[in-house]
Amino acid sequence: MRIVLEDVHKVFNQGRPNAHEAIRGVSLSIEPNRVTCLKGASGSGKSTLLSMIGCLSRPTAGRIHLGERLLSGLPERFLTDIRRHTFGFIFQQFNLISGLSVLENIMLPAYPLAPDHRQLTATASALLDRFGLAHKARNPVQWLSGGEAQRVAICRALINDPRILIADEPTANLDTRLSRDFMEQIRRLRESGRTVLITSHDPVVFDSPVVERVIELCDGRVVGG
Amino acid sequence: MGWLRRQRYLLDFILASLLRRKGKNLGLLLVYSLIVFMLASVMLFTHALKREMGLVLQASPEIILQRIEAGRHALIPEDYLQKIGRLRGVTARKGRLWGYFYDPAVRANYTLMVAPERRLADSEVIIGSAIARTRGIGPGDYLTFRAHDGEAYSFRVRELLASDTELFSADLVLMSERAFRISQGVTEGWYTDIVLSVSNPLELEKIAEKLTLRLPDTRPILREEILRTYDAIFSWRQGILFVLLLGAILAFVIFAWDKASGLSAEERREIGILKAVGWETGDVLRMKFWEGAILSLMAFLLGYLLAYLHVFHASASLFEPVLKGWAVLYPAFRLTPVIDGLQVATLFFFSVFPYVVATIIPIWQVSVTDPDAVMR
Repeated sequence: MRIVLEDVHKVFNQGRPNAHEAIRGVSLSIEPNRVTCLKGASGSGKSTLLSMIGCLSRPTAGRIHLGERLLSGLPERFLTDIRRHTFGFIFQQFNLISGLSVLENIMLPAYPLAPDHRQLTATASALLDRFGLAHKARNPVQWLSGGEAQRVAICRALINDPRILIADEPTANLDTRLSRDFMEQIRRLRESGRTVLITSHDPVVFDSPVVERVIELCDGRVVGG
Repeated sequence: MGWLRRQRYLLDFILASLLRRKGKNLGLLLVYSLIVFMLASVMLFTHALKREMGLVLQASPEIILQRIEAGRHALIPEDYLQKIGRLRGVTARKGRLWGYFYDPAVRANYTLMVAPERRLADSEVIIGSAIARTRGIGPGDYLTFRAHDGEAYSFRVRELLASDTELFSADLVLMSERAFRISQGVTEGWYTDIVLSVSNPLELEKIAEKLTLRLPDTRPILREEILRTYDAIFSWRQGILFVLLLGAILAFVIFAWDKASGLSAEERREIGILKAVGWETGDVLRMKFWEGAILSLMAFLLGYLLAYLHVFHASASLFEPVLKGWAVLYPAFRLTPVIDGLQVATLFFFSVFPYVVATIIPIWQVSVTDPDAVMR
């Protein structure tokens, strides 16, 4: 599914003295089944743009299309449904829920869909196996190392089998070796036919041969790609 | 099927959540249970007392006639039974003999009473279960009293009174008329009071009025009045205790509000994560609602159960002096367990409902915002 953005704006604290325009008229077309990287310095607006594409927030003005559907005008309920079925998220801080086990964290996005419990556990276990974490399934997530936590976050993003994977600064908390491992995993996901959108200012990511297109942002505007 | 499974997943997550914050939730559960325990104890105790009063008084005569001397209750002469004359509506009249006896050995007051219908021999008594417990005696044993003239009289215990209305029967000693008159110094021709039975309750007021006119030195006491007085006394005492507990309740409300509504950064982040990974606002609200409901239900059940044990198995030892009043001089009595549905519902409504609402409102505020804003 192609993602199209038309003159998208995002203003935080609109109408207040501390109003801040994070995105200023971005128009873009993101091809399906490719790995696209949004590159830019801190504060360039790449995470804000990604969160709007992933239905985590709405644009203040402009339109976002996902295939034939116009996302920017949908009510919250429909956005949640699209988020649940279409997108998988990998966050910068991994955003795992501490106190829960690795397996429970991975299964969390599937709870509202209420699949058969045995089947869900089998899917989650298969994912853990694929990412070499089967032996950690029952461990609480706070016991994991940075690399392990990120792999758990990837497993969680894949549990509902989404077509688009969104990763916000995925290597910010990883060393170079783990960052390269991560890009290798992205390559495999790309091969399985998924669209991957990454934000990063890490050269290991945007210079990686896995990334097919780099879009550069500066002060809320597209300046390259 | 799908709906059920969804609730199961929610419940799984809630239980895991509750266990994750063991310290906070356990503290909240303890304080919450304590408040329910205190309120339920007072309510159960007062209700049980009132019910026993009601039961006892239901079986008692409709009118008690007492002679008054210098404003005090005095013995009434036997010929007053004739002086009353014919009164329409009065179906029976008789003189009663009763009095109090303070037993210094156990420091408790007994009520002595003549019960002609029991056909007791002059050396026999029937006693309440609390006296039997306090003195450690049973049927066949002997109970000794010091009479009004200093003489000691021993009575054989024929049987114990049934304990279904222990409040009244607990301290009761039934004896023959002769034994009572000799031991208490009440000469022939005198009674403690006179009781009248009236079948039509609408005639009570009129009969009482006629009695006052015919026997100006007496006062008729209606059963309804006694019931009303007891009810007022115990409601008043319950009110006093509630006022005393108000501080504790207020402290709890502040505590609950703070704990329930003041969402920590961690909780806000978690709601953001859940929404980001595809949970609907409704799912988050349902989850938090059940979390609050489980906690408050557990506290309610625990508090109520402890209150039940406290009132009916430990004689409400914490509130006894305030609620029983002078009755603490009784030999300790045990109340018959009774639970009033309306009372349980009231307590439930005022303890569980506000907590669940206090929990839901701030969570609703957080959960309707964009998940991206929650995580920032």
